[in-house]
Amino acid sequence: MIKVENLTKRYAGQPAIQDLNFEVGQGEIMGFLGPNGAGKTTTMRILASFMPPTSGRATIAGFDVFEQSLQARAHLGYMPEHVPLYSDMRVTEYLDYRAALKGVPHRRVAERVGDVRELCGLKEVEKKLIGTLSKGYRQRVGLADALLHEPDLLILDEPTIGLDPNQIRQVRELIKNLGKQHTILLSTHILPEVEMTCSRVIIIHKGRIEACDTPENLLGKIRQVGGVVLEAKVGPDNGAEELKKISGVRNVIVDADGDWKLFSLRVESGADVREEIFRLATARHWIVRELTQRRATLEDVFVELTHPDTV
Amino acid sequence: MRKFYALLSREVRSYFHSPIAYIVLIFFLLISGVDFYFQVSFMNQRQVQYTVQEAFFNSVFFWFAFVLIFPLITMRLFAEEFKLGTIEPLMTAPVRDWQVVLSKFFGALVFYLILWVPPAFYFIIFQQITGQPAAHSAGAYSGSYLMLLLLGMFYLSIGCFASVLTKNQIIAAVISFCAITLLFFLGLVQFILLDVSSATRDLLGYFSAIEHMGTFSRGVIDTRPIVFYVTMTIVMLALTHRAFQSRKWRL
Repeated sequence: MIKVENLTKRYAGQPAIQDLNFEVGQGEIMGFLGPNGAGKTTTMRILASFMPPTSGRATIAGFDVFEQSLQARAHLGYMPEHVPLYSDMRVTEYLDYRAALKGVPHRRVAERVGDVRELCGLKEVEKKLIGTLSKGYRQRVGLADALLHEPDLLILDEPTIGLDPNQIRQVRELIKNLGKQHTILLSTHILPEVEMTCSRVIIIHKGRIEACDTPENLLGKIRQVGGVVLEAKVGPDNGAEELKKISGVRNVIVDADGDWKLFSLRVESGADVREEIFRLATARHWIVRELTQRRATLEDVFVELTHPDTV
Repeated sequence: MRKFYALLSREVRSYFHSPIAYIVLIFFLLISGVDFYFQVSFMNQRQVQYTVQEAFFNSVFFWFAFVLIFPLITMRLFAEEFKLGTIEPLMTAPVRDWQVVLSKFFGALVFYLILWVPPAFYFIIFQQITGQPAAHSAGAYSGSYLMLLLLGMFYLSIGCFASVLTKNQIIAAVISFCAITLLFFLGLVQFILLDVSSATRDLLGYFSAIEHMGTFSRGVIDTRPIVFYVTMTIVMLALTHRAFQSRKWRL
């Protein structure tokens, strides 16, 4: 659906993205991750034909985004970051206007506008001025607009930014449902969201692709970030000394709270040291009230790839 | 065509959604009303050779209001979209650049023409009350309104170009105000500098909005100004289109 080859964009000589190569297949939900300024918005704007790349090419549904921009745009529903909207228009008026711009056939406009209004939960604000809407509703108007012409591909630039947790959950559900019929490329900062919704993830850093894989594979590849948490009363023992001797344990951090000590253990990937810890605890007569394995999250992957020094 | 119509109707509606339209309408109605009143009362006091209609379109009041309205009408056209970022959803929809440029130009033109509806009633009311014609002939009306259209097209296209250059509406207004005023005074030079050659004077005469309005409001339709203004409008719109396209590369 999307094919990107050696895409590069420079601003006044400064590269924003360099030699990006990736593909998004039909029906995929692709997550686009990266720190601020990594080049996510730049890439999305190029795909949406808002600006041309410095070099390289990108196609949408087989149409070059620069050479055949009009056809490419017709296949695309794009929701820009911060969702700029005309605040002097009413919700339905705006959607009618957008439907005409996107070439929705005249007799289908009312039906399509009704559908997206229903889908995005805009029924109760349909007659309101967009300028008076809350951030959550504006976001939904943007999403409704992107869906109007039933595009094959949706590009959503931070669709959940500035929403409260309930709204984030609603938007996430909506995106999941949309993924059944549409190909989606979405960027976000909220990593659990990507784990829950996306079938594949691209992590981009300083304009380059650092990783492109399924969330599961990315987690599997991650080194060193697995960990175990132990909370125990160790009596006269030091605790940390003994724990370090267990094979597979790399590092132990201790937090004391009276008699109770909280040990955070960093272990080698694939190693499960909980059994060893249990044996040690019984042998030394430690009283244990918590022993859990902390699973590596996509956040760890993200931090490791984009900030290697902090891990 | 349907996309163009959707764009155009949004442009026209957005004028009436913002206070600026009403400010311009009231300001314009006030100035043109005062102009009309002064001309009629002036003509009541002495014997003159011209008609009310000619006097109305050739007074200081008229020109003062005239050069002032164009920056007000055009400053928001592109600058506001750039500022608010609404240009992004607009240009990522499948619309062509020229459709956007033309819809903005014609949107402004429609609003400008709406401004000129009330003054047309002045002459009708004048005729009703006094029983005297406000102009020599119907040609004088069509001449002056044709000139209004031509001048309006040209000055609005300058305003469009100024607005596409910046995301700051004030800067857009200042650029178009300076350009329009300069052009306007260029036409006045021939009245001030008496020792210039007749060739220079003729050349400057081509730019003289006052002179063109003078001839047209007498009902004399000269084709030279028509060609001049239509050509200049097309040139300005082509420049606007170019500047609008080049913006993508400078983002």
